[in-house]
Amino acid sequence: MNKKNKTAADAARVLFLVLVLAFLYLPILLLAFYSFTGSTHIGAVRGFSLQNYVTLFTTSELTDMILGTILLALGSAFIATILGTMGAIGAFYSRRGVNAFITSLNQVPVVNADVVTGFSTCILLVVVLHISKDSYIPLVAGHVTLCAPFVFLSVMPRIKQMDPSIYEAALDLGATPFIALRDIVIPQIVPGIISGFALAVTLSLDDYFIATYTKPATFDTISTYVVNATKGAQTSIKTALWALSTVIFVIVVLIVLGMNIRSMRAEKARLENSVRRGGANV
Amino acid sequence: MENKDTIIELRSITKEFEDGFKAVDDFNLEVKRGEFVTFLGPSGCGKTTTLRMIAGLDVPTSGDILLNGKSLIGLPPYKRPINTVFQRYALFPHMNVYQNIAFGLRQKKVPKDVIDRKVTRVLDLVDLEGFEERGIHTLSGGQQQRIAIARALVNEPEILLLDEPLGALDLKMRKEMQLELKNMHDRLGITFIYVTHDQEEALTMSDKIVVMNEGKTQQIGTPEDIYNEPQNAFVADFIGESNIFNGVMTGHLRARFCGGEFACVDDYEEGTHITAVVRPEDVEITAPEKGTIVGTVDSVIFKGMHYEITVVSGRNEMVIQTVHNANVGDRVGMRVDPENIHVMLAEDHTNQFYADINKDFRLEFNGHHLDTSLTKIIRGSRRLEDGRIVDSSGETIEPSRIRILVSIQPDDIDMTDDQDKGLIQGTISNLIYKGDHYSYVIHTELEQDFVVNDEYLWNMDDRVSLMMPVDKMKFSLRRK
Repeated sequence: MNKKNKTAADAARVLFLVLVLAFLYLPILLLAFYSFTGSTHIGAVRGFSLQNYVTLFTTSELTDMILGTILLALGSAFIATILGTMGAIGAFYSRRGVNAFITSLNQVPVVNADVVTGFSTCILLVVVLHISKDSYIPLVAGHVTLCAPFVFLSVMPRIKQMDPSIYEAALDLGATPFIALRDIVIPQIVPGIISGFALAVTLSLDDYFIATYTKPATFDTISTYVVNATKGAQTSIKTALWALSTVIFVIVVLIVLGMNIRSMRAEKARLENSVRRGGANV
Repeated sequence: MENKDTIIELRSITKEFEDGFKAVDDFNLEVKRGEFVTFLGPSGCGKTTTLRMIAGLDVPTSGDILLNGKSLIGLPPYKRPINTVFQRYALFPHMNVYQNIAFGLRQKKVPKDVIDRKVTRVLDLVDLEGFEERGIHTLSGGQQQRIAIARALVNEPEILLLDEPLGALDLKMRKEMQLELKNMHDRLGITFIYVTHDQEEALTMSDKIVVMNEGKTQQIGTPEDIYNEPQNAFVADFIGESNIFNGVMTGHLRARFCGGEFACVDDYEEGTHITAVVRPEDVEITAPEKGTIVGTVDSVIFKGMHYEITVVSGRNEMVIQTVHNANVGDRVGMRVDPENIHVMLAEDHTNQFYADINKDFRLEFNGHHLDTSLTKIIRGSRRLEDGRIVDSSGETIEPSRIRILVSIQPDDIDMTDDQDKGLIQGTISNLIYKGDHYSYVIHTELEQDFVVNDEYLWNMDDRVSLMMPVDKMKFSLRRK
């Protein structure tokens, strides 16, 4: 390949990368830009303004909705984490056939469409069992059903990595199965539990279908609210949602950065540790 | 009758897994207080399963385990005064050395100052003073090993179980730890039950060795007993190196094996089928005319302390360890002192012989073609287009590097007068009536004895030909 062709190929590569990045990030950057203006619709710039952010954090309808969504996410993620972790531990220590059976059963809700989960939860709890949507039980149950299988999937690899004899060693040293689980097994799989919890929170925040079918009429999550609001006529609320999108985006970016820095540090510490251990062998 | 000295007793322990596999079969053992007992056997022989049943981590299908006369069955592991050193240490990675060692004492709610004292003392015992605050991952394999031992010992168990604790260490470290463990045992007076597949480790450390194979006890005895008086061919083969021959008693204190008649000290009735064991260091090389048997030197390997010489005599092979050199191709005589020949009753009468591999990868015996091929015998092997044979992992199989051992049962061999019909010819040298059939010993031209069961009566010294159907033969691969 001659030099000219090479530069052309390089340029094509860069162009492709720029296009991909633009496709990924331009929409949200556009929204972020307009959230800091007084514009009522995208296209007309009316100068810098924080009005959208003031509306976002002072309108009680909006703050209640945001707070409610977060509480719902944390609460259902918490329950899902307990259930998913227990399921993974239980499956792991079961006989091989049982383990395989539980693991495949767990796959189904993961792959299944949310709309089916939401609709069927609604049918069972509300229509068949007559549980009122106002009790929040159908909503929480729906979100736990959504999240628990993912927690299971995120905890399982950690358990498999763990030396299975440390549980037996704990029993051998006089710990009851409960203590051995609490003091020995759980600390080993904490990273899996944490990432399972984080995943569960995100899933719950993201969900639209399950919430529409199971939520109380007076309650809205961010997703259901945004869908309704964009159909409505209240301009100030609509533009405040631009601000909300921007805030969510910034938080996500910060979290991702934080996680990456942490794992880089951990990797560095691990390397240093192994060097030190190498020294101890001499 | 309860013996005061017995600390633990296993009574016909059997462990059968759900898939029907019997890991341990009717295992019986008594261990005296303060003894160092080793379970020795190849992997999968059930030794670790037995240990786990003592620890309470596995539950026997049947049988009883008595500690100081009281049954342990139904008692969970955390209530047994027994601690284990696991194969790969099983230290708790999120705890430091102190927390690991203190774990057992904390479960028993021992006061903090007592725990501190005991941890310091046990760290001193394993030569790791001042390691309390160290993380597990900062320790070398040998140090982790010592912490694992300390963690078990600090609980002052009545019995310490050790499951191949030195398996992950390098050779030098292993030798050091063997001595240290033995010293620790002698100093502390705790009963040790040790599991290993390393016969040297077992012989070095133990007061008593339990040799196991396929879930069954093969022999229980002191290291000397096990080495010098193996009770069966498995033990003889597993412990040390041995020449093992099938043979027959030919008279009072006389046995024929390996193509010769030897004087021995074990007395069995004439005509009994026997297994004879001769240790390589007990064979003496003599001038051809002075030997009980004569053979040709096939290979000589210098091993540092001695030469390992393989002599082929007829169809038999004798491995000899000697400080004197010999040359490949020499005709030599061999003799063995009667007290160095260990004669045992043959367990079964399986006939075994080596088949030849011809250049076409076909098997031959005594010049006769066997209707099978290497690819059928070696599982997963196949023949490539260029004529080579490779095994399941793609490695070339070199016919000159392997031998095929053929086994066939006495019932599956037929005798005929038609000399050309069989694979090999010989004369009947012994016959015993066994109720519904006769058991014959046929002494062949290749100095090998075959045992054949037949319902018809033949006469002594009849010359017969042996017909052996290939589909009744079992083949196994041996490396040269």
